[in-house]
This record gives sequence, C-alpha cells and structure tokens, in this order.
Amino acid sequence: MKIWVPADAAARACGADEVAAAISAAAEQRGVTVELIRNGTRGMVWLEPLVEVETPEGRRAFGPMTPEDVPALFDSPDSHPKAQGLTEEIPFFKRQTRLTFARCGKIDPLSLMDYEAEGGLAGLRAAIARTPAEVVEEIVASGLRGRGGAGFPTGIKWRTVLGAKAAQKYIVCNADEGDSGSFADRMLMEGDPFCLIEGMAIAGLATGATQGYVYIRSEYPDAIRVMRAAVEAATHAGVLGADVLGSGRAFRVEIRVGAGAYVCGEETSLLNSLEGKRGVVRAKPPLPALEGFMGRPTVVNNVLSLAAVPWIMAHGGAAYNAIGINRSRGTIPLQIAGNVKHGGLFETGFGITLGEIVTEIAGGTASGRPVKAVQVGGPLGAYHPVSDFDLPFCYEEFAGQGGLVGHAGMIIHDEGADMLALARFAMEFCAIESCGKCTPCRIGAVRGVETLDRVAAGDPTALPLIEDLCNTMKLGSLCALGGFTPYPVLSAIRHFPEEFTPMREAAE
Amino acid sequence: MFDSARLAQILHAHEGVEGPLLPILHDVQESFGHIPEAALDPIAEALRLSRAEVVGVVGFYHDFRKTPAGAHVVKLCRAEACQSMGGTALQARLEAALGQKMGETKNGVTLEAVYCLGLCACAPAALVDDRLIGRLDAARVDAIAKEVRA
Ligand SMILES: Cc1cc2nc3c(=O)[nH]c(=O)nc-3n(C[C@H](O)[C@H](O)[C@H](O)COP(=O)(O)O)c2cc1C
Ligand code: SF4
Ligand code: FES
Repeated sequence: MKIWVPADAAARACGADEVAAAISAAAEQRGVTVELIRNGTRGMVWLEPLVEVETPEGRRAFGPMTPEDVPALFDSPDSHPKAQGLTEEIPFFKRQTRLTFARCGKIDPLSLMDYEAEGGLAGLRAAIARTPAEVVEEIVASGLRGRGGAGFPTGIKWRTVLGAKAAQKYIVCNADEGDSGSFADRMLMEGDPFCLIEGMAIAGLATGATQGYVYIRSEYPDAIRVMRAAVEAATHAGVLGADVLGSGRAFRVEIRVGAGAYVCGEETSLLNSLEGKRGVVRAKPPLPALEGFMGRPTVVNNVLSLAAVPWIMAHGGAAYNAIGINRSRGTIPLQIAGNVKHGGLFETGFGITLGEIVTEIAGGTASGRPVKAVQVGGPLGAYHPVSDFDLPFCYEEFAGQGGLVGHAGMIIHDEGADMLALARFAMEFCAIESCGKCTPCRIGAVRGVETLDRVAAGDPTALPLIEDLCNTMKLGSLCALGGFTPYPVLSAIRHFPEEFTPMREAAE
Repeated sequence: MFDSARLAQILHAHEGVEGPLLPILHDVQESFGHIPEAALDPIAEALRLSRAEVVGVVGFYHDFRKTPAGAHVVKLCRAEACQSMGGTALQARLEAALGQKMGETKNGVTLEAVYCLGLCACAPAALVDDRLIGRLDAARVDAIAKEVRA
C-alpha cells in the first residue's frame, strides 16, 4: 500500500508529521506494509494535511486529516468522512494549468529517479544539445518575464549576461520570498527542488556562468534543508559539477541563507548580502547583469522564473508563449491567502480575472463574511476593492489600476478589516525594513506611521500630509520598498475614504 | 559559552568561500546562541575587515542577536495574511498570557515578531522554537504559552 503525506512546511504546520506517525503506527498494528512517501504539497492548503492513497483508479485524497482520522483510512476508506475523491479530480486542482508545478506534490522531492520519470532533465538535455545563444533565444521567444516582482523579460537579461565578457559569471537565484501572502517559492523548493536546480543549470549553460547561488530566507528552514540535500544528490548524480550530464561543461550550486531582512529580496541588496555586506540597495547602473556578484556578470532571477525554464526548454518557447494575454505570457502560480475558504497555490495562464480567483476558485472568505479588499503583490501591492474584480490578472492591467502583480500573492480580507490599521502597517513595515539609504523611505515611513496615528485620532489636517508624503516617497526612493509602500496606503484611502475621515469615531 | 577553538574551526571551515561573512555569522550564532563580543575581532581579522564593518553587518540583520535568546523562542507572524485571520487579537492574547510584549525576553522566553513564514494560506502562523504552527486560534495560543512557560 502506497501512501503520501506531505512534508511541506504548511502541511507540517497543520499536523502532517503527527498524521504520518499515526499512519505508520496503524499500519504496524494491522500488519499492513505501507510505503510512506513524504511528498511536497499539491497546493490545496485548506485540505492539509492531505493524505493520498494509491488505488487502481489513481491517487485518492483525504483531508484535512488528523491522527484520529487515520484508523478509518485502513478500516473503511470508502466511507471516510475526510474523503475528497481522486486528487486530480478536485475542481481546484483540475482547473489549473500546471507547468512549473506539474510535479510538486506528485513525486518524492528528493528522488532523482521520480524526477526524471515525470519529465525532469529533458529541458537540460535539450539545452545541452544547443548553443548558448539558441537557448537564450528560446527563453526570449517564450515571453517569460521575471516572477520576482519587476516582470523584466528573463531572456533579455540572459542575453546581456551571455554577451558580457568575463572569466567568471554567476547565476543567483532569489529565494528570499519576503512578500507576505507568498509561498510559491517555498512550495517549489520543498516539493520539486530538482526543477529549480535544472533551471539554474540551464541558465548557467546559456550564459556561460559556472557557479550558482540560491539565497534562501532564514524563515524557511525546511526549504533550506531540502535544497541542500537536492544539491548534494544532483552533484552526486552528475547533474551538477564539473561535467553537467556529460556535456563537458561545469555548473555548481551552493545554498546560502539570508538573515531576516526583507530588503535583501531586492536584487542589489541581495548581492551585497551574498558578498557578506550590509544589505543596502545599490544604485543602478551598473546592472547586475554586467556588474553583479563580486562585480562580475550575474543573472539574478526569482525561483519561479528559473523553475519555468525546464518546461520551456523541453516543450519550446512557442508553447509557453501560446498561453496568456497581452505581454503577460505563460502561466502564473497564484498564491491565494489570508481570510479565504480555499487557500493555496493555483497555477494558471495569465488573464483570469481577480473575481474568478477570489469568488469561484477560492470560494470567498473563510469567515463567510463578504470580501472587503484583496491585497495583490505583497506588502507593496495595492488594496483592491470588489469593484476591481473584473480586472484580468496580468502585468499590464494591474499596473493600469495603480497596482502590481508582484510575486502573485494575494491576501483576502473580509469586511472586518480595518483599512486604516492596514495602511499604518504598510508604513510601519517600511520603517522597520528600510535599508536606510534614502531619506524619503527611512524617515518618511516613520512620519507616515505618526501621521496615520493623527488621522486615527481625528486630526483633519493629517490626511493631506499623507498624500504629500506618499508623493515624496514615490519620487525620492531608490528602490520599490520606499517607492511602492505608498500603493497600499493610497489605495486604502482611495477606496475606503470613510475610514480615514475625522468622522470615523463618531460614525462607529 | 564562547569558545575560541570552536570559532577558529568555523573560520577555518569557511576559507575559500566567496562572501563568507553571513555563513560564518550563522554558524557562530548556531554554536553560541548569539554573536559574542569576543568573536568580532577574530572574525574581522580572518576576513581582513575592520571590527566596525563586522559590527555594521551584525547590526543590519534582524536574525543576529547581540545577547542570547531565552530557552524558548516564539516568533509570531504579524504580516497581512495573518492579520486578516485575527492575528492582531491573538498577539494581544499571547502577550497577556506570557506577561511580555513582542521583542522582549522574560522568564526564559523570547517573544518576537516575524513578517511572514510562508504559511499565509493556513494563517495565523507562528514558529515555536523549531516547530511551525498554522491555523492558530485562542486555544492554540494558550497551549503555546503553557508549553513555553513550563
Ligand atoms: C524591497 C524589494 C523586495 C524584493 N523581494 C524579492 C523577493 O523576495 N524575491 C524576488 O525574487 N524578488 C524580489 N524583489 C525583486 C528583485 O529586486 C528582482 O527584480 C528579481 O529578483 C529579479 O528576478 P526576476 O526577473 O526573475 O523576477 C524585490 C524587490 C524589492 C524592491
Ligand atoms: S527606498 Fe528604502 S529600502 Fe529602498 S534603497 Fe531607499 S532606503 Fe533603501
Ligand atoms: S503573512 Fe503570516 S505566514 Fe505569511
């Protein structure tokens, strides 16, 4: 009997280890031989711990499981109260277009054999068979844009690094995933680490870089452990090392750990941190592509950008480009979080509307109360009211509404949300995490907190000051931490003005 | 406790590493529970940096401690997804149960804010020592308080 219990951090945080232990104990008690696999998550987090049992029809899902639910798994699975039917028939799962996350939750994350059996390494083999310039042009043709937040075309970045002449170049994977509401990088690293490693190796072959670093935030101990083990296994198997899959070309990967600074997700701050310095943002130019890690040409890409690459190389840039709308091509792994009934990871082509995601796919709020606002794109993203629900999910449309796609995390708030408190939090977070280089960010955010406190106290002169302050931050900040913190603040004020008026207390 | 032989080992293990300072500081904190004063000069010397540079780096990152943490460390997520699920009220409840505010160490317990643990689809979330906990509610918060005060 084959049973899967995710070892993903979210599943473990909901009790997966206890469920796994109960399964082993129950099997032993009954004298049943169980092959227990600790997989990644299928991304249906509201069902975690989601246990799967192999049957002739396919894998059957049970969740959310508790240790008390385990005996019935053996004794009466057909009438099990937590039975969800076949995993891949669950509507949330079935509606997706899973390219990057095709294997996540399906395989044993650290089995290279499983990985290859499910299509892994085909992209790397295709890349080895072609010239670096051909690989770069395939990525350009795919239309893939950076999934870390800025949306810069990945192929164009690689072209710059390929063209740069240097004795040593680097691939740096940005796995700092600091945005609240985001967890796709974590899920991929925990559930399909070889996919990221393969993407990095392809990037290395395409640009002439022989050394890769993955910079993982320290808040992700599980991801760090899995990635370290995967790098070791890949090196042992010759996927990484002096002679990548017998190509005669070298590529090595090392895992590095952040130290609890949100701003280190910004690429130049990350490079400083990797070099062992304070994570202060660098002015651009020079671009990291030309003068990055140790002053040498460096590709800095998000986990999801690099993890999309193996599929593109295996199936062709045109196939990826055929999905999506406008200049937002391919799939986007949405992360649905917060006060939501069906939260988790949902990979789909660009173009789905915000309302479809929140209402149909996620089933509205967990509390059952009406949705008030959805923050899209992390702590620097705007609050969208329900009137924005017809917005198609893509870079262009969100930018047009004063918002951003960012890392495609979205946090749903019900009508109990206090928008003034959330606006204040945006400023507070910026003040805590500012790298300190520019005054509008470092001082402005502190002023923002104070001024919003005055708004809350009913001072009618405070609100215009917030607007001025936000303009100063937008114009005078070197990076998006100071430059975009105004977006959640101003969108909250614009869409929920009644919560920012001096009448606030009288009205309550 | 600080042990210069252990520090020498850590420094030796990072020879030839590109950008070794953060990995060294992580290992030092792992070994000693914080970054001891006495470690600053040897680190600076080994990396050919000034002491001030090392101090600057230690001070920049939230993770590095200048004094040891309590026997238990509770990190409660304060970010938006956790707020949307009642995290702010749970924070107040935990602070009251422990008799300490976020950022304080008292009775062997360190209580700290963290900004996202990547558990935003099973919020609110906390990290208690090495254990992640999702779907926090009043009962779970009370259980955490009881466990770490025991
Ligand atoms: C304050 C700040 C935080 C950021 N955090 C992240 C992050 O956690 N992960 C990430 O991939 N990109 C982050 N970025 C974006 C990076 O600067 C950069 O655009 C990205 O790593 C490039 O990779 P991509 O082109 O593959 O997206 C952040 C940017 C800013 C300004
Ligand atoms: S905007 Fe803020 S975080 Fe960004 S460089 Fe300026 S001070 Fe640093
Ligand atoms: S916002 Fe709390 S875990 Fe992400």
